[in-house]
Amino acid sequence: MDHNTNQSATNAGHAEGVQHPLTIYLWIWISLFVLSTGSYFTDFLDRGMLRWTLIVTFMLLKAGFIVAIFMHMAWERLALKLAILLPPVALLVLIGLMSIEGNYTFITRLAAFVH
Amino acid sequence: MTQPSANALEGLSGVSADWSADKQSFAVPWGKAMMWIFLLSDTFIFSCFLVGYMNVRMSTTEMWPNPSEVFALDVGGKSIPLLLIAIMTFVLITSSGTMALAVNYGYRRNRKVTALLMFATAALGVCFVSMQAFEWTKLIVHEGVRPWGNPMGAAQFGSAFFMITGFHGLHVSCGVIYLSVVATRVLNGFYDRKGTYETVEIAGLYWHFVDLVWVFIFAFFYLW
Repeated sequence: MDHNTNQSATNAGHAEGVQHPLTIYLWIWISLFVLSTGSYFTDFLDRGMLRWTLIVTFMLLKAGFIVAIFMHMAWERLALKLAILLPPVALLVLIGLMSIEGNYTFITRLAAFVH
Repeated sequence: MTQPSANALEGLSGVSADWSADKQSFAVPWGKAMMWIFLLSDTFIFSCFLVGYMNVRMSTTEMWPNPSEVFALDVGGKSIPLLLIAIMTFVLITSSGTMALAVNYGYRRNRKVTALLMFATAALGVCFVSMQAFEWTKLIVHEGVRPWGNPMGAAQFGSAFFMITGFHGLHVSCGVIYLSVVATRVLNGFYDRKGTYETVEIAGLYWHFVDLVWVFIFAFFYLW
């Protein structure tokens, strides 16, 4: 019970600190709409470097806005930021390995089934 | 006299003493830290699905069905590519905005507006899942897409599609229930009595994450 009292004391302090003006949310909201419209229109481009670059750019900007502002990550302490944002970087290794593997399977299939 | 330390305890009581030691790494409510850690694990689950999809799409020798044709809608005799998916994207972004405002009004202790915005968020979530149900029906009944094959090309298209969007839809459905429960408690003053609205922010984290995952699904599955 003692622990609980402590907890709500920290929470009250925390709650005071998290009041941001509404305008920042509205601006992010509008930006997300604009970026989504942008990514929808990439569908009218041919499949090529330009299309793929735009898709990834819009995607990363949207993800960044959502995590930083809507999920309040920008206002968290560095310890929490690192604990949550660093581990997913390991996924780049998985993506790299699986794309090598996918490519190898594709070439093996071509050699075995397509003559 | 030496201080009794947690190290002195052995066995299971030692384990519980070590884990409940008076140490705190993150200066946030424990529920928020736990939600972030859950979302981190969920990130890895969705990443495994998307990487698996990348792998099968790269390795198939058959043509991958063109998503912008598969997901096109006929409006007045004209076929508009990805129309339903674009509407679903906007619905989910709108719901993310109402959720962000709900968290903000929660910290202002505005009970009614917070609950209203959360119910609006849940309603938009229901709208999203309904459109997804419509999309699945169209694909299964009218276009003959199955997890093991489809008339348009590579068989892996169906399994990747149903797995990824199905798991995301499940997250949205769970989120709708979660938000409805929290919103009801906001409305009956539960968090005023508790003295903090942090639960609204924690529910918000979950909801924004669902939107975040959709950003990646939209880019890699529907647009790529």
